[in-house]
Amino acid sequence: MTPPAPLLAIDGLSRRFGALAALNGVSLTLLPRERRAVIGPNGAGKTTLFNVITGQLVPSAGRVVFAGQSLVGLPPYAVARRGISRSFQRTNLFPRLTVIENLRLAAGADGRGSYNLLGRGAVRRGAQLARAAEAAEAVDLTARLGDVAGSLSYGEQRQLEVGVALATRPALVLLDEPTAGMSPEETERMTRMLEGLPREVTLLIIEHDMDVVASLADRVTVLHYGEVLTEGTFDEVKADPRVYDVYLGAA
Amino acid sequence: MTPAPTSQAQARLVGRLMAGAALLAAVTAFPLFAGNYPVKLLQEILIWGIFAMSLDLLMGYAGMVSFGHSAFFGVGGYVAALLLAKSPGLFTGLVVPAAASALVALVIGLFSTRVSGVYFIMLTLAFSQMFYAITFQASWLGAEDGIVGVPRPSPLGLDLGPPMRFHLYLVILVALAALALARVVRSPFGRVLRGIHDNEGRMEAVGYAVARYKLIAFVVAGTIAGLSGALYVQLVGSITPDAFLWTTSGEALLMVIIGGTGTLGGAVLGAAAFILLQSLVSSYTERWMLILGLTFILFVLFAPGGIVGALRGRVGLRA
Repeated sequence: MTPPAPLLAIDGLSRRFGALAALNGVSLTLLPRERRAVIGPNGAGKTTLFNVITGQLVPSAGRVVFAGQSLVGLPPYAVARRGISRSFQRTNLFPRLTVIENLRLAAGADGRGSYNLLGRGAVRRGAQLARAAEAAEAVDLTARLGDVAGSLSYGEQRQLEVGVALATRPALVLLDEPTAGMSPEETERMTRMLEGLPREVTLLIIEHDMDVVASLADRVTVLHYGEVLTEGTFDEVKADPRVYDVYLGAA
Repeated sequence: MTPAPTSQAQARLVGRLMAGAALLAAVTAFPLFAGNYPVKLLQEILIWGIFAMSLDLLMGYAGMVSFGHSAFFGVGGYVAALLLAKSPGLFTGLVVPAAASALVALVIGLFSTRVSGVYFIMLTLAFSQMFYAITFQASWLGAEDGIVGVPRPSPLGLDLGPPMRFHLYLVILVALAALALARVVRSPFGRVLRGIHDNEGRMEAVGYAVARYKLIAFVVAGTIAGLSGALYVQLVGSITPDAFLWTTSGEALLMVIIGGTGTLGGAVLGAAAFILLQSLVSSYTERWMLILGLTFILFVLFAPGGIVGALRGRVGLRA
């Protein structure tokens, strides 16, 4: 039996900011349906990795291949249209629009209907709203559809942050610290929500909370100073003394 | 979410339609019971109204504050002035001027929509001032004196000499332009513009080619602005390089802000307030700019939502 083709193949990826190498030869392979956590201390290059994958940053070297096609050089919107979406570490919503409108904008991003200047979009409206409602349900915001995003509680805004990423119906979702700044109860809710996502959605998640990582991730990649320190199941990584050294700063 | 009962929404729609029809009827019939000067003021308000509305599409919906909207007003006006002298038809008086403005908006937009904020303001201002400088020097455009004695078009062989006929022609075109803009802001495209206004970065991240939407909005706004310039030339019969001057853009900007950004209808109210105030105050004192400036300051301080914002707050008028 041949192994399935990887959904995302990152090879020798580097990104330098002047003399600083935020990413230095990172390689990583994600299989379809996989749930992978990326961990590492602050400044390890985790968010930079996301920014390079999604086209916000151009890599200094290396390759990013998604579903067999290179992503390098594509602008963020084109990467999104290929089927990769992301959530942000710092909440990045449409604060003056309602929850349903936030989700609906994301749901309508793939079609050409958005170039329709004069129509009312009735044809696509149903499909878009269905997708938006589906995403709202996945992040437990069905009761808040008519509320303005800026008026939601912090925890709800974090849920919507993930919801907007899901509403584009991506094949791969990059979640940048979905539980950042959350209370233990909110974190647990978010973890359950993420666990409940359909398996077809491949996840790449940056997370600091080891309980979240343990319950969510099939495999864990540890980044340190822009390089992959180690990779394995949560238990393998946990047993690796180098990972302790990195996190605790022991010599 | 508490959706309004359908009957209530329908009643509101019917109310708005009736209010719109009454307003349209009043505007249309205005020359029957008003003198020449009030009619001319109303016509100016209509023309400046759609000019300000087109700027509001950029400012209030897409979040692009342009300080060079005069470029399209001027191009529309000059092209109409040049062509109407040769052949007074709808094609020469409206279609070509609007198309020329669209083309100019496309070129200016290709450069200026790459940047945002202050840089966008500076670039659009620079482009419009360039047109001012060019027309001021160009002897074939009458240089600083501009073009005078522009004839009105005769659409489909119909002479627009009689004042009522011209008024009807104007009301129809302004209403069409306003309806088109109202349609655009409610379209799927308009929804995308609002998303861009709220959070450009996230729009890009979920898959929208933000620059392309901004460019399209810029061209649509430029086209309508060009149409208003062409109509203005037909109203007053002349055009000078001052049409391109930054003050033309600035006045439209004030109209939008006074009326209430992001409301479209507010732009027309702002145009009305601005033009009426200007005509009223200037008949009493030379220093009408001072009064206008003070009014504007008071508006920004006490009614930041403009006329429409203040109405919504007081009377509970809904969007």
